[in-house]
Amino acid sequence: MGFNVEQWADVCAVEDIPLRGARVVKTPAGCVALFRTFDGAVFALDDRCPHKGGPLSQGIVHARAVTCPLHGWVISLDTGRAQAPDKGAVRTRRAQVVDGRVRLLVAGADAAAE
Amino acid sequence: MKQKLVVIGNGMAPGRALDKLFQIAPDAYDVTIFNAEPRVNYDRIMLSPVLSGEKSFEEIIIHGDAWYEKNGVTLWKGHKVVAIDREAKTARSERGVVASYDKLIVATGSLPVVIPVPGADLAGVLTYRDLDDVNAMLLAAQSGGRAVVIGGGLLGLEAAAGLKERGMDVTVLHLMPTLMERQLDEAAGHLLQKAIEARGIAVRTKANTEAILGTDPALGPPRARAVRLDDGTEIEADLVVMAVGIRPNVQLAKEAGLAVNRGVVVDAGMRTSDPDIFALGECAEFEGQCFGLVAPLYEMANVVAARLAGDPAPRFKPSALATRLKVTGVDLFSAGDFAEKPGRDEIVLRDAAQGVYKRLVIENDRIVGVVLYGDTADGAWFFQQLKDGADISDRRETLVFGPAYAGGQALDPMAAVAALPDDTEICGCNGVCKGAIETAIAQFGLTSAEEVRARTKASASCGSCAGLVEKLVALSLGDAYQADARKPICPCTTFSHEEVRRVIVGQALKSIQAVMQALEWKTSCGCAKCRPALNYYLLCAWPEEYRDDAQSRFINERAHANIQKDGTFSVVPRMWGGVTSPAELRAIADVAEKYRIPTVKVTGGQRIDLLGVKKEDLPAVWRDLNKAGLVSGHAYAKGLRTVKTCVGADWCRFGTQDSTGLGIRLEKFLWGSWTPHKVKLAVSGCPRNCAEATCKDIGVVCVDSGYEIHFAGAAGMHVKATELLCRVRTEDEVVEYVAALMQMYREQAAYLDRIYKWAEKVGVEHIRCTLTEDEAARRGYFERFVRSQKSAQIDPWARRAAGEERREFVPLELPRMERSMEIA
Ligand code: SRM
Ligand SMILES: Cc1cc2nc3c(=O)[nH]c(=O)nc-3n(C[C@H](O)[C@H](O)[C@H](O)COP(=O)(O)OP(=O)(O)OC[C@H]3O[C@@H](n4cnc5c(N)ncnc54)[C@H](O)[C@@H]3O)c2cc1C
Ligand code: SF4
Ligand code: FES
Repeated sequence: MGFNVEQWADVCAVEDIPLRGARVVKTPAGCVALFRTFDGAVFALDDRCPHKGGPLSQGIVHARAVTCPLHGWVISLDTGRAQAPDKGAVRTRRAQVVDGRVRLLVAGADAAAE
Repeated sequence: MKQKLVVIGNGMAPGRALDKLFQIAPDAYDVTIFNAEPRVNYDRIMLSPVLSGEKSFEEIIIHGDAWYEKNGVTLWKGHKVVAIDREAKTARSERGVVASYDKLIVATGSLPVVIPVPGADLAGVLTYRDLDDVNAMLLAAQSGGRAVVIGGGLLGLEAAAGLKERGMDVTVLHLMPTLMERQLDEAAGHLLQKAIEARGIAVRTKANTEAILGTDPALGPPRARAVRLDDGTEIEADLVVMAVGIRPNVQLAKEAGLAVNRGVVVDAGMRTSDPDIFALGECAEFEGQCFGLVAPLYEMANVVAARLAGDPAPRFKPSALATRLKVTGVDLFSAGDFAEKPGRDEIVLRDAAQGVYKRLVIENDRIVGVVLYGDTADGAWFFQQLKDGADISDRRETLVFGPAYAGGQALDPMAAVAALPDDTEICGCNGVCKGAIETAIAQFGLTSAEEVRARTKASASCGSCAGLVEKLVALSLGDAYQADARKPICPCTTFSHEEVRRVIVGQALKSIQAVMQALEWKTSCGCAKCRPALNYYLLCAWPEEYRDDAQSRFINERAHANIQKDGTFSVVPRMWGGVTSPAELRAIADVAEKYRIPTVKVTGGQRIDLLGVKKEDLPAVWRDLNKAGLVSGHAYAKGLRTVKTCVGADWCRFGTQDSTGLGIRLEKFLWGSWTPHKVKLAVSGCPRNCAEATCKDIGVVCVDSGYEIHFAGAAGMHVKATELLCRVRTEDEVVEYVAALMQMYREQAAYLDRIYKWAEKVGVEHIRCTLTEDEAARRGYFERFVRSQKSAQIDPWARRAAGEERREFVPLELPRMERSMEIA
């Protein structure tokens, strides 16, 4: 398979992720947190807070952000960046919803939308 | 010579295409239409007003008989086409009429989806698509009775409103948690549900239909009598309407050998895989998409007309869609899309008094989605901005107020309040007008909304005018006004914890969304600060009714274990009064070995902590602990934590009372209750105080003559000795006073205030007086506590060990194929 061919992995049904909640996906590259926001959008981020590695999947999801459960940093689901005054970013991943299924980009030129 | 055009289906899409064609090329074709429905072309969209009785069928006809005559169109009413012969270029109807064509339009529309449950074919089960369905519903409604509408989307709700209007008892069943979830966000869905319920229609969400039950066949041909849900509930129904979706009607096209996916595949010129055949309307599929609203279908119609007239230029391009619900009295508009793309932002406006909710979704300084509820007057304007892709960066501040303010000077929300006449009633509950409030502010030198409330009673009852009162204070004081005199919960709102609590009770608000709407929250779903607070306040106010919102809880309370720095969890079973047994210790030891739990530690709270448990092991760990009788210790909860005790009169040579027994009794009585912050107790057997009772939230010190009850101590970041509440003689009295104190704290304190913080705010003396001098008040608190405990004392571990909230604990995995792959 060429490097530029996008490869998406089917992960779960949208409903498997609670609304305003998250699930964690174990992957060979580490845990990825899948979030589903109040408006049905799905986001994927590495499950490691830029502060001290807290599991973001365990945080409270609000608007398009998650509050880390360990020390309360607020991380943007769009960009992976911490809300000021905190600094730092977590790697975002590409996820999409097709026919009610959540898919995660596992290979392809720009799989990580940093 | 004229060419022959044959149209299959006489719905709204081909109707528009022919209108257009006769306009641009009036003499190009001889037209023949076959229509399975035995009638002329009518406005399908307006069927709901016909159902509800606001319009007659005649009023919604688009093309009357005269139109066909005038344009020389042959219309075969009630003729369903059953075959297309592409070799011979003919179409044949079921009743044997054959028409030959040069060009053919397939416009067969959609078929309503029938969910394949047992009983779906019973008499009395209908769908909602055409006039025949409406007539059947009207017939059924004549005898009153009960109707169940399956499907809480646009069609289902319109059917439900119509049937209610016609005198039936109506229940709507909807599979999803909120109504019209494809067009609306959660907030608007919630408002919609309230409005639908307010007309006397019952709504059940998350309702999955399992079967439709029929009448006894011995009593004549069976017909529908009830709907059964998968949880076993049965809802009586003389009429069942399924409005769960549509599916393109493609059978005929498929049999003719045209390319068909979900719909009949067309190109941008609306051409099918056969160049002489067009497809149009809901049956057509363009670039993988089918359409179920007329706006894009009319676009298709224009393209087809142009192509038939010989103009190859126009191409179909789907644009954003807008929806309005046609139920009188419910104003709802949604357009564009608000999901599934990163990089978006929102602007929210709520007006509780007017029942208004508006939300704009912005991406790259452009509106991409609009939801309006309650006031949809600006829908068209927003939609236009959306379609134009207008850059809104320069008027972001006022955008949500609509065209009235667009581009104008920045809106001053104060100006509107300033402009109100003096006799405008501000507080409806207590009949206080604007003039009275301003006079009070001036006369008594009031500086906050709190003071205005105390002095005039304005906003003292339901609280919905609190925002207005606030603005009046600000106006009167000008620069002297200090908004932070009263601290809002968080930036999502201007209201303080106390105000929010008052309004929840005053207005009987029973969901997070209801509170956010009533108090005009500035965000659509709150934040990590306000949501847990609201969740607690609702739980405390409505212990029997409120359904806890797991997503509004901090992870520890959601997972019923404490998260640790490495993402593992700690498990602390209850050890009543700090007393344990060999069997319990053995169970703890077994669990620690079985699940390879790295650390076992005795806590500062007289119990044992198992640290480093993997999240997915939690339910199994709990199951094993449960077997030995160990339940959750709520070490993670804003709730009752520990009741520490000393050995007391049983063993100690100084012990005056059974401090251990009393501690256990208190813990068994208080466990499970949720509180604003954690609550820790201790019971010491004598004033030597070995259980450290005088630095706890609530402490009991046994003395010869009975018991001293202490409260409001602290030993964490602040160290503070307790205050004495009172002295009592019996254990029963201790239990009553302690429970009453707990409940008073539960009902009054701001979320995340420990008892000592709350006491600082309301006054130690006030608490002492209420609980010791006002017996009725004390009894009231006590009884409310007892009632709330009925729904609180359920071991959350046992539930989860039995499978509840499973997905919280089970990680997802990539499918096997991809698992080996590097995730990029
Ligand atoms: C386990 C334990 C320490 C130990 O190993 O002994 C402990 C551990 C934690 N304490 Fe504590 N506290 C423990 C007894 C105490 C005590 C002593 C006591 O209860 O007698 C205090 C002082 C008394 C008090 O509460 O006022 C105490 C005062 C605090 C505070 C400060 C509270 C305050 O208002 O000042 C916090 C922070 C907070 O809650 O915001 C805290 C918070 C915590 C947290 C929850 C920190 C956190 O958020 O992760 C720790 C959780 C670890 C875990 O996963 O179990 N812990 N903590 C003790 C568990 C007791 C139990 O059986 O439930
Ligand atoms: C109650 C209701 C409310 C609605 N409200 C709205 C709204 O508010 N806004 C909006 O945009 N849209 C609304 N819609 C949707 C809208 O009405 C449809 O999108 C539109 O009517 C579809 O037009 P069409 O021409 O593709 O198909 P249709 O109007 O369904 O016409 C298809 C016709 O073809 C006939 N036919 C089918 N097979 C054959 C055959 N083999 N031979 C001959 N004839 C055949 C059918 O009998 C039917 O008359 C509503 C629909 C309903 C039912
Ligand atoms: S004292 Fe600090 S480090 Fe120790 S358990 Fe309590 S919160 Fe954690
Ligand atoms: S690890 Fe996330 S805030 Fe500290």
